[in-house]
Amino acid sequence: MPHRQSLSALNRMLATGGISSTEIITHFLDRIEQNQQLNAFVSVDREQTLAQAQQADHSRRNEPNSNLKGLPVALKDIFCTQDQLTSCGSRILSNFVSPYDATVVERLDKDGFIVLGKTNMDEFAMGSSNESSYFGPVLNPWNKARVPGGSSGGSAAAVSARLVPAAIGTDTGGSIRQPAAFCGLTGLKPSYGRISRYGMVAYASSLDQAGPITQSAEDAALLLQTMAGFDSRDSTSLDAAVPDYL
Amino acid sequence: MSISKSDVEHVARLARIGIEPHEAERYSIDLSNILTLVEQMNKIDTEGVQPMAHPQDIQLRLRDDEVKEVNKRDQFQAIATAVKQGLYLVPKVID
Repeated sequence: MPHRQSLSALNRMLATGGISSTEIITHFLDRIEQNQQLNAFVSVDREQTLAQAQQADHSRRNEPNSNLKGLPVALKDIFCTQDQLTSCGSRILSNFVSPYDATVVERLDKDGFIVLGKTNMDEFAMGSSNESSYFGPVLNPWNKARVPGGSSGGSAAAVSARLVPAAIGTDTGGSIRQPAAFCGLTGLKPSYGRISRYGMVAYASSLDQAGPITQSAEDAALLLQTMAGFDSRDSTSLDAAVPDYL
Repeated sequence: MSISKSDVEHVARLARIGIEPHEAERYSIDLSNILTLVEQMNKIDTEGVQPMAHPQDIQLRLRDDEVKEVNKRDQFQAIATAVKQGLYLVPKVID
């Protein structure tokens, strides 16, 4: 079952042809539908996501060496995505459609990742329990009477319940690390400046950083490798060589 | 320093935020607690401590003054609730 596999394991399975992106994406979309009571996702576009998966499978047939292509990730609903809703957990932005993609989204897309959906969060990332979202609280998959932590609680709950193999969150004062801990996952807040903040709805600009919420350190390294790097559109982006995290 | 219930009601009216009467009491306590924390931090001796602008040792970047981005006004205005002659229209809030 794909949801028993880590992101890195799924990547290896895709490379050997043991599974297709369409099979992976369909499986996780079904799991999202079956676990709606967790309230981990704010928006999911099934048709568009499946079309991307079919496209990934098609291009992989022509180019067998397509590392990462067709792997699913979920995005905290704080990252601007062109032509898709970006609510930031707030009623104020509940109908906001960004005219551009965040750099994180561009980089994930460039490496072939498929965004499975946008995850629930504390309103404007201000919270540590994921109870303050306009879209309602997120439940902890381990015990639905408990909170998943926050503010990236939707991302943590989604990975923890294996509705997606890995997700992206943001951390200002613990918003990746704390929900990852509450849900039994790996959460990484990279050094400030390592990942571009362009297109990330700001909370405290001099502290905000995006980062991965994953099942393992290996998966965190995989996503950090894709997201890290200098971006001229973020005035405090770190202009330094990115190490090989893997 | 503390924020009274009437302060909360006054600021809420200025900001056009509707709050229930019973909420004003709770907000006055929450906001007063925040200011008390600021007062506590103000008591810390920071003499000789260098302010930190960035955790990495880098200078603020400058760039050449040249046009790189294209004008996307139409695209940005397409998602606005109301526009007129290139301007964004908002409800009147000042009497």
